[in-house]
Amino acid sequence: MKSSRRKTALVLVGALTVSALAACSSSDDDGGLTPAEASAAADEPVTIQVAIDEGLEQGAIDAFDTRIAEFEKENPNITVERQEYTWVGTTFAADLAGGTLPDVFTVPFTDGRGLIERQQVADISGLVAELPYADGFNPNIAAAGQSTDGTQWAIPIAAYGQAIHYNRGIFTEAGLDPDDPPSTWDEVRAAARTISEKTDATGFAEMTKSNTGGWILTTLTYAMGGRAETVDGDTTTATIDTPEYREALEYLHDLRWEDDSMGDEFLYDWATSHADFGAGKIGMFVSGGGDYGNLATQNAMNPDDYGVTVLPLQGDDGAVLGGGTLAAVNAKATDAEQAAAVKWIDFYYMSKLTDEDAAVADAQATADQGQPVGVPILPVFDQETEDARRGWISDLTNVPLDQFAPYSEHVVDQPLEAEPPIATQDLYAALDPVVQAVLTDENADVDALLADAQANVQNLIDRG
Amino acid sequence: MMTSTTVRTSEAVLREESPQRGPGRARRRRTPVTWVRGGGLSTLVIALPLLLVFGLFSWFPIVRAVVMSFQFTNLVTPAEWVGLENFTYVLSDPLLTTAVRNTLWFALLALVLGYPVPLVAAVLMSEVRRMRGLYAALAYLPVVVPPVVAVLLWKTFYSASETGVFNTIAGWFGLGPFPWLQDQAWAMPSLVLEATWAAAGGTVIIYLAALTGVAPELYDAAEVDGAGVWRKVWHVTMPQLRGVLFVTFILQIIGTAQVFTEPYLFTGGGPANSTTTVLLMIYNYAFGGRGDYGAATALSLLLALVLAVLSAVYFKLTSRWSS
Repeated sequence: MKSSRRKTALVLVGALTVSALAACSSSDDDGGLTPAEASAAADEPVTIQVAIDEGLEQGAIDAFDTRIAEFEKENPNITVERQEYTWVGTTFAADLAGGTLPDVFTVPFTDGRGLIERQQVADISGLVAELPYADGFNPNIAAAGQSTDGTQWAIPIAAYGQAIHYNRGIFTEAGLDPDDPPSTWDEVRAAARTISEKTDATGFAEMTKSNTGGWILTTLTYAMGGRAETVDGDTTTATIDTPEYREALEYLHDLRWEDDSMGDEFLYDWATSHADFGAGKIGMFVSGGGDYGNLATQNAMNPDDYGVTVLPLQGDDGAVLGGGTLAAVNAKATDAEQAAAVKWIDFYYMSKLTDEDAAVADAQATADQGQPVGVPILPVFDQETEDARRGWISDLTNVPLDQFAPYSEHVVDQPLEAEPPIATQDLYAALDPVVQAVLTDENADVDALLADAQANVQNLIDRG
Repeated sequence: MMTSTTVRTSEAVLREESPQRGPGRARRRRTPVTWVRGGGLSTLVIALPLLLVFGLFSWFPIVRAVVMSFQFTNLVTPAEWVGLENFTYVLSDPLLTTAVRNTLWFALLALVLGYPVPLVAAVLMSEVRRMRGLYAALAYLPVVVPPVVAVLLWKTFYSASETGVFNTIAGWFGLGPFPWLQDQAWAMPSLVLEATWAAAGGTVIIYLAALTGVAPELYDAAEVDGAGVWRKVWHVTMPQLRGVLFVTFILQIIGTAQVFTEPYLFTGGGPANSTTTVLLMIYNYAFGGRGDYGAATALSLLLALVLAVLSAVYFKLTSRWSS
């Protein structure tokens, strides 16, 4: 009896193991579509799911449905179904494996390279190469959606450079001129000290949690002339233990411990820092230049208080870390679905950047929802195309453009640099505790922290 | 008058179905028919849904996790067998030492703070004659609050500014302001404080239930012998609760070794990894960046192994005392 039970148990375990192995080994061997394959796939009847922002009002959903109807009229073999979607990095792989991701979705620049590196998005480079504007992308922005061999796996649909956001009301209260924001790191430090001394607000806040600490530290390092990685052929070397990273950390250390300008919250992540900035608790902080929409609509920021300026750049190599949004295609999409998905990206996301009617229709729908229209972005293509787009929607623009001027008038002249290409999020994650250590321990050993972080990041890069 | 039961015991069934069993008699052969007649089929039919549900949602993920721990996989590209590489990788991760140390620190603090509190509360409540139910309900209330809500609430209380709730209260006594979550030394005790508040109610109810099982005669006898409250607790209550205390102790150890909600929601493991626990590390392997499910499952298995060994050793050591 006992041996029979054991046999049954072994059979059960064996069967489960075999099914687990079968589940593990099933996957697509997609190597990207050739133009011939794409052409063959183009006429097949196909249905695709496309992402639509979560929680939109009925008017916006109706406007989206109108665009779908227009698209389906142009492409009678394609049926488009909308699916509510918000990018969540933590559950992305499970959604992908479980088949619950739409065929077309958007991801931030920060995650694009990692997804491409791990082949978690479809290789649509062959299809992208066929688009009429394929060669016209701003190269530094296109890099966010490229694999290491330079092919375009995801399409940039919006771009910005990192910026310093500041509260004009707090600047005024502290006796600072909101129309003349700081333009050097020393001026930023002085303004932060003044705000902390003369108001109840935090002079300069720093994100430190959920990989944002590494992201912002790297932003400062880029601005001070450093870089996070060097790529030489197949070899990637972390460049964390460098004078530029050290300078950025010492800068934060001085703001925190010498000036006491950084308040009492040192565990900010993206959401909480934006919430506190929107609530008027923060004088200045560094984040993406395109964050106004979130601040105004989700964090109730008073538009009159909003100000944004460019990052001060130091030395010959000082550069602005770029950010933005990519449109990508589900790695599990069939050839026909991939072809249809790229057509949808071209129709829905790209036409509003290049076509007047589409740009105006999109701006009208956005304005009708009470959402910000006309937030300055970096040119996804060239400045001329971007200027034309801004002209088309100028009558519908509802954001205080004058308050964006310190950023929008200068960012185009700043060298834009793509994020570290390999293990981007892992690199940022490894730097979070370094920033936190400096902000919570006055005697933190910066040299030791950087040496450890260098070893950690190199280990992660080498693990592949 | 004695009543007879019509329910057949298993031994009775066995006796009836094996009339020839015994020395010198040929043993009756078991056939599918005897198996069905003996109730085997109905047992299987009744157990089958349970087995399927357990198999699908409990055992299959465990087997899958074991398989994945020997693979390099991102759930999309073909999984690659890597032998013990995931295990060597996680064991050589410099953060593991920190995470183990933090987990042990949390466990120790939770034991010192969290283990006696429910016991004391339960003993006090059992001594109270009026409104005992109200006190029990109040003690249990935090357990009813969803953990995320509780943490977000406490996060507000823990504000490090002078106007934070706890710092305001501390200020009334001329203390603070304290950094709470914003300091590497303060963060873990702050987490334990909230965790104790959140979990104590459940344990209080277990102790209260156990206390009702203590024979009142024992207390009467102790009183006759001149024992005060403290001696009654020490010489009557504690020995009578011994079995329950052993179980809650090991449950507490297992629970604290798997602490995740508090560090994840309060601090994300910070500041500077001072609250990074083993389970948070597992989470970060899987969901923090690249989706390293191989490393995550490898560390999960190692943790499960350690806890299983710990539990076995604990029960072996205490079996004599608790029997």
